[in-house]
Amino acid sequence: MISDSAFWALTLALGIGTFLIRFSFLGLLGGRQLPDWALLHLKYVGVAVFPALVAPLVLWPEATGGTPDAPRIIAAIAAFVAGMRVNVVAAIITGMSVLYALQFILQ
Amino acid sequence: MQGNSNIRRAFWRGYRDCAPFLLIVIPYSMLFGVVARDAGLDLLQTMSMTVLVIAGASQFTALALLQDGAPVFIALLTALAVNLRMAMYSAALVPYVGHARLRTRALMAYLMVDQAFAVAVKTYDERPEMTPPQRVGYYFGCMCLICPFWYGGSLLGALVGQAIPAAWSLDFAVPVCFIALTAPLLRSLPHVVAALVSALAALAFAWVPWSLGLIVAAVIAMVTGAQVELYLKRKAQAQA
Repeated sequence: MISDSAFWALTLALGIGTFLIRFSFLGLLGGRQLPDWALLHLKYVGVAVFPALVAPLVLWPEATGGTPDAPRIIAAIAAFVAGMRVNVVAAIITGMSVLYALQFILQ
Repeated sequence: MQGNSNIRRAFWRGYRDCAPFLLIVIPYSMLFGVVARDAGLDLLQTMSMTVLVIAGASQFTALALLQDGAPVFIALLTALAVNLRMAMYSAALVPYVGHARLRTRALMAYLMVDQAFAVAVKTYDERPEMTPPQRVGYYFGCMCLICPFWYGGSLLGALVGQAIPAAWSLDFAVPVCFIALTAPLLRSLPHVVAALVSALAALAFAWVPWSLGLIVAAVIAMVTGAQVELYLKRKAQAQA
C-alpha cells in the first residue's frame, strides 16, 4: 500500500522535475543559434535514444523475468522489417500480431 | 490570413501524422490506469500523476518502486533518470522551434512526448521549406493528438480497473512502438551506425544504476553518428 503523503510528494516532484527536463534547452536557449558541432550531434538524438530503449526490453523482457524469449525477439525483428519496408502502422501491427501468433503456436 | 491557414494546415498534418501511434498510446495508457488502481491509487491520484507527468515509462517506474517500499527520494530520482532522455529532445528541438515565445515553449515542454518528438523532427528534416510558425503548428498538432488520448486511456483503464491478462503481453507494445519510431529515421549510413551502436551500448551498459546506462548509450551513439558523418564527408572531399 502506497501512503498518500509519499504518493503526492513523489507525483508533484516528478511532475516538476520532468517539466524542467523537457523545458531545459528549449526554454533556456530559445531562438539562439546553436554552434555547428551541437547541430551535428543533435541530428542523431532519435537514433541514439530509441534503439537503446528497445534492445534491453526485447532481449531481457521483464514479463519473462529477464530471460530471452524467442517469440519477442522474432516479433521485434518482424516489426523492424515492416517498419523499414512499409510504414509505422505496419510495424506496430506486425510486431504485436507476430508475438501473439508465436505465443499461440508455442503454447 | 494566408499565414494562419498555413499554420492550421500544418497543425492538422501533425495531427494525422501522429495518428498511427494511437494504436500504442491507447492500450499503454489504459494499462497505466489499471496498474495504478491495482497499486491502490484512487481515481484522483491516478489522473493527477498522468496529467502532471505525462511520461509513461517513468510513471510505471515510480509506481513500481513505491509499491516495493522504496523511499520517495529513490523512486523520484530513478523516474527522473528515465526521463532524462527528454533533455536531448529539448535540445534537438531548439533549431526548429526555439524562436517561439517563452510561454509557447513552456507549453511545448509540458507536452513533449517520444512519439510526437520523433514524428515532428523527421518532418522538419524532410520539409525544410516549412516556416517557423508552421513548425510550431505542426508540433502542437502532433502533441494535441497524443496527449488527450493519454489522459483518456488512463482514465478508462482506471475506471475499468480490471487486471489486463498477462497473456496480452502489453509490455511488448513499448519496444514495438520505439521500433516503429526508429525505422523511418534510418535514412543514411551515419544514422544506421548510430542506431546499431545505441542498441549494443545499451546492452553493454545495462548494469549502470539509475537507468543511466540509457543516457551513456545515447551519448556514445550520438557522437558515433556525428563522427561517421564527418568521416564520410572527408572521404568524399578527398576523392573530389
